[in-house]
Amino acid sequence: MDFIVKMLNIEKHFPGVHALKDAHFDLMAGEVHALMGENGAGKSTLMKILSGIYDKDSGEIYIEDARVNIKSPRQAQDLGIGIIHQELSLMKDLTAAQNIFIGREPLLKFGRLDENALNQKTAIIFKSMNLSLSPKVIVESLTIAKQQMVEIAKAISNNSKILIMDEPTAALNDAEIDELFIIINRLKKEGVAIIYISHKMDEIKRITDRVTIMRDGGYIDTLTTSDTSIKEIIAMMVGREITDEAITIPDLSNAKTALEVKRLNRKNEIKDVSFSLKYGEILGFAGLMGAGRTEVARAIFGADPLDSGEVMVHGKKCNIKSPSDAVKAGIGYLSEDRKHFGVAVNMDVRANITMASLDRYINKLSILNEKEMRDISRDYIEQLSILTPSDKQEVRFLSGGNQQKIVIAKWLLRDCDILIFDEPTRGIDVGAKSEIYKLLKKLASQGRAIIVISSELPEIMKLSHRIAVMCEGKLTGILPGGSTTSQEDIMHLATQRTAAMTPMEVE
Amino acid sequence: MSKTINNKIFARLIDTGAYQKLLAFASLIMLLIGFSIASPNFMQISNMLAILQATSVNGVLAIAATLVIITGGIDLSVGTLMTFCAVIAGVVLTNFGMPLPIGIIAAIGAGALCGLCSGSFVAKMKIPPFIATLGMMLILKGMSLVISGTRPIYFNDTPGFDEISRGSLIGEIFPILPIPNGVLILFLVAIFVAYILNMTLLGRYTYALGSNEESVRLSGVNTDAWKMAVYALAGGICGIAGILIASRLNSAQPALGLGYELEAIAAVVIGGTSLSGGRGTIMGTLIGALIMSVLINGLRVLSVAQEWQTVVTGIIIILAVYADMMRRKKS
Repeated sequence: MDFIVKMLNIEKHFPGVHALKDAHFDLMAGEVHALMGENGAGKSTLMKILSGIYDKDSGEIYIEDARVNIKSPRQAQDLGIGIIHQELSLMKDLTAAQNIFIGREPLLKFGRLDENALNQKTAIIFKSMNLSLSPKVIVESLTIAKQQMVEIAKAISNNSKILIMDEPTAALNDAEIDELFIIINRLKKEGVAIIYISHKMDEIKRITDRVTIMRDGGYIDTLTTSDTSIKEIIAMMVGREITDEAITIPDLSNAKTALEVKRLNRKNEIKDVSFSLKYGEILGFAGLMGAGRTEVARAIFGADPLDSGEVMVHGKKCNIKSPSDAVKAGIGYLSEDRKHFGVAVNMDVRANITMASLDRYINKLSILNEKEMRDISRDYIEQLSILTPSDKQEVRFLSGGNQQKIVIAKWLLRDCDILIFDEPTRGIDVGAKSEIYKLLKKLASQGRAIIVISSELPEIMKLSHRIAVMCEGKLTGILPGGSTTSQEDIMHLATQRTAAMTPMEVE
Repeated sequence: MSKTINNKIFARLIDTGAYQKLLAFASLIMLLIGFSIASPNFMQISNMLAILQATSVNGVLAIAATLVIITGGIDLSVGTLMTFCAVIAGVVLTNFGMPLPIGIIAAIGAGALCGLCSGSFVAKMKIPPFIATLGMMLILKGMSLVISGTRPIYFNDTPGFDEISRGSLIGEIFPILPIPNGVLILFLVAIFVAYILNMTLLGRYTYALGSNEESVRLSGVNTDAWKMAVYALAGGICGIAGILIASRLNSAQPALGLGYELEAIAAVVIGGTSLSGGRGTIMGTLIGALIMSVLINGLRVLSVAQEWQTVVTGIIIILAVYADMMRRKKS
């Protein structure tokens, strides 16, 4: 076998973290190779070393049998290594063509840019990708799926022999994923080796030839995908088998309605959305990125103004104009972006838990009663089994799962009985995920009304008593939870939009 | 189909800040009309020339500030750097008695070098631009006083020095249009920088840095070097401003300069350049600088007290940025 990449005994330390321990990886020309592992397993670090973003502490890298020392992204590019980052890393104020050729602009005399050559070259690449896009379009005006295509075009334009794709389908709908896979297959035929990072198991099965599993910064195994079951892969990723409890849907026919939303409208983001939610119910919100789920949550919570529509809480019409109105009405919103909006990472656990309820812990002189705050924080630490050395620990030292529990504690302490969870397990690893699931189920069984927004269908299927599906701002349907609904049913409702490319058959 | 294309063109107009440029241009015209109606003394050729002359220094400085702001940074040192360059020109021409071209080259070179310093503080030492250029502003203010011995340096021994700003090459050819050279230089600098921004690699990276620096870096571009180049270019342009102001006063005034940076930044902002970087145009900045001059001149013609002129300028800045925020919210 001829290996195009070999990484041996790679070690990498960050302050306080041993990120890579004796990691191995190899890649053959013309294969699609999945790199799997939980968050923090070291996949991204390993790939950042390969693409010159990080420097390794020790170890050896061989590209086509030649030992290399990759020091910069530029050098990696010159070695034919291209990376498509998880977060889109385009310059939104520039055009598609300007983005694709950034750092490699064709020049005329005296350092003048050759804008014509730039656009022509880009048009040729787009044509080869069967992509109907103008090279001159400003990237900011493109949908996320099309921006992704521009990223891929950028990597292709570089004549990369090795292409790293970090969760490339996170923002794509089914049709767009098919298009992406057509492009991947074509690149593969041309001998390009692709490293494919994704958490979506069905994609791994569909597109990859081999799979390498990492755990805790170390190498576990490399296997042929077709001979390996998804269950085996997960077991190797987690180090144990995870069993899912089947969902039991409670009888809520006598439960009172907690929240009723009628004909919500906001710009292009929310179009005529109506639904209701009962106490004790978990309502899942499925849809692709940009479908408007977060926008609905933010509108209900008063974070963005509504154009029209009404929100009724506990059967009463509620005029929610700001998040503080929503909190007064008993609605808590747990943002998808915990670091920015959920927790104050530099403050301790106690301060975070009591953040929304401080008015209860002050005396007449507005002095905080630390003792009561300590007691109540410890209470919640125990109730939600938050793993922290003490209530004075700064939140940034805790794992994502524990940070999420702290946000939950904050809203519980504030007596919120309608809780909206936006991507509750983003950035949380598989083990901690099931704990969050248990907690959500417990909160519902205690009579709280819960909305869960998630891009991961298995998560929606696992939790929801009912499933609301959105697409391009519209609520395209509400499906029953449990085994009567399949992932295909949900995807059907979630993908009623136009594709980024003109469809094409694989030859 | 054609409708969607029209919509796209319209969206792009709004997107790229052309909308605010349009708004700024309309405001400028309205100001001109308003002042003309309010006072017959306003719309006189001599007064128009005075406005243009007054714009020349601030305009050149604002162009320098625009470059840095497009990268997502800010340059607080443009005013005192201008003074520093004027003092350098004074030392070279008057104290050393060198010929005029050498003095000009020294001033521009000193400016570029100081810009390079600011740039390396920002790019290499990773000091936030606000702090780095604040430090530079004070260093240069102090150095101007030190080098000049806190006294103005006069250019009486350099014949023709005051002609650089006050003379009129255009007026010699077309006597009816005695546009001062300072204004001519402003427009030449504007064309030069607009050319760099739109046609060259440096310009491309200036916008790219302000748009998403990390992604430019990951594309294999030496972002530190390009950023330093932008600051150096801005510094060199401040050197030109230094020559202009020294020529206009026929002296290098070492105590001058503080406060000019704020007027320059105000012109940039009024012209629709985004303080968060990634977008902005020289045309917008020129219009912004003109609006400020017209406003101050018009209020003066109407005999409004100077303190009130300052208040009005402040209000205009807030309105301009508010218009920008509204536009962003919509798109």
